[in-house]
Amino acid sequence: MSIIQTKDLVFDYIRRDEEGNVESIVSAVDHVSLQVKEGSFIAILGHNGSGKSTLAKHINAILSPTEGTVWVDGMDTRDDDKLWDIRQCAGMVFQNPDNQIIGQVVEEDVGFGPENMGVPTKEIWERVEESLKAVGMYEYRKHSPNKLSGGQKQRVSIAGVLAMHPKIIVLDEPTAMLDPMGRKEVIRAARALNQVEGITVILITHYMEELVHADQVFVMDQGRVVMEGTPREIFSQVEKLQSLRLTVPQVTLLAHELKKRGLPLPDGILTVEEFLAAIG
Amino acid sequence: MPIIIDHLTYSYGDAGADEKKALDDISLTIPDGQFVGIIGHTGSGKSTLMQHLNGLLKATSGHIYFDGQDIYDKDYKLKELRSRVGLVFQYPEHQLFEIDVFSDVCFGPKNLGLSKADAEYRAFNALRSVGMPEELYYQSPFDLSGGQKRRVAIAGVLAMEPKVLILDEPTAGLDPKGRDEILGLIKSLQTQKNMTILLVSHSMEDVAEYVDRILVMDAGRIKMDGTPREVFHRYRELEEMGLAAPQVTYIMQGLLEKGYEVDGDCTTVAEAADEIMKLFRRG
Repeated sequence: MSIIQTKDLVFDYIRRDEEGNVESIVSAVDHVSLQVKEGSFIAILGHNGSGKSTLAKHINAILSPTEGTVWVDGMDTRDDDKLWDIRQCAGMVFQNPDNQIIGQVVEEDVGFGPENMGVPTKEIWERVEESLKAVGMYEYRKHSPNKLSGGQKQRVSIAGVLAMHPKIIVLDEPTAMLDPMGRKEVIRAARALNQVEGITVILITHYMEELVHADQVFVMDQGRVVMEGTPREIFSQVEKLQSLRLTVPQVTLLAHELKKRGLPLPDGILTVEEFLAAIG
Repeated sequence: MPIIIDHLTYSYGDAGADEKKALDDISLTIPDGQFVGIIGHTGSGKSTLMQHLNGLLKATSGHIYFDGQDIYDKDYKLKELRSRVGLVFQYPEHQLFEIDVFSDVCFGPKNLGLSKADAEYRAFNALRSVGMPEELYYQSPFDLSGGQKRRVAIAGVLAMEPKVLILDEPTAGLDPKGRDEILGLIKSLQTQKNMTILLVSHSMEDVAEYVDRILVMDAGRIKMDGTPREVFHRYRELEEMGLAAPQVTYIMQGLLEKGYEVDGDCTTVAEAADEIMKLFRRG
């Protein structure tokens, strides 16, 4: 069963001059048809301007298709009556944690979403507790968000989405501004939501190491999906990724380089452990 | 002339129990033309230190000498310092504002009091050195791609013709090719123009690939100071500080543990590939 499905999705950015005449049309998303299985961990790769974020913004109806259709949990995102159901079903976390946190205290911030949905007070507190525990931030519940590190703030943002009981979480470059430890914490939290809570995770990232555990990867270029497969299938194609302004994890690149020089190594080595096992 | 930082401390909050030291007794010498990487977790003091170097923040105690002069001397002109030490903030493209790329890059040199002709000459050179195609000079900066915008923002600082360039996470949010392009550009400013470069980064792989020297900051202090090989050799300590080493370091250490005789301190893919091939050539 697909939790997200797009059919011939097109989104045009239309530029107009001062009189309102159309100057140019850029298709940021250009006839994308894809399906995401419920409970899977999906990664979307692509260079800056390839259409990843535009595609992601269709999943919680921030953007509405120019052509084609997007269904989220069976709901057509153009259906205005379903708007709030769609946004509750698919939560979004963005790059900059400082733009997403509004509460003075961590637990208030996390409670904001369910409160806004009209959830009864007692249940709000239950949801806040379980959400903060799921991202490993429960002990910070009484803290002020501005005293937290970037990785901790980003996990509070995720908890805020989680408290709305979504089926899908879209993370749009959640680690771009974080230090190495913060990056690890956020990716670990995202994996836990997927594996423990069964939430469908869509991760957009420019850090290749972050998606080696994904179930499926989509690679975008010029608004189209140009590659699709498991991380191993995708990362086996080093030159093709490089031509799309992307790369592979360092360990994959090293194995690829050694293979070119004649060492008999398999394609698409993804982790240090796999590399060491392959060397023997 | 090198930059000399002498017992620099910066504290905020009230003196006494509430006093927090963002920088705690830092002493350093940075020779001309060196490419220095600064790493440390969020809040370790990296950006605070950088803001001292062009006079945006003033130390609570200690001194900074630039070209042999104490920048805290009463008659020292901070404006001159700021034209010599260029600072590129995080997401510098958010500071673009002019109607076209060329005007935006002219803003800095004009502000220095240069004539229109001189300012335009500098803007032209700066845009050329960041590799902007000429047909984009009269486009609105807001119509450019993310990587291009960032180049324009860097050109705006280069047009001031600084001797020292400080960049705070210049590759955040860029795709892998965009990261390589920006870092390659910065490296060429060092090798071709002999600029001193200070690069604040969260990417251990990038730092390992490009810099001559790494400073590791933690709790407002310099905890390590050495070449990438020396610093990443202490990867366990880095992990305790919330940092890490490049993936290559973990591979080489893993090979050592398995009993292979390799140089465990390789920090780049190219070095590691050469080292592992030696192993197999020996048989």
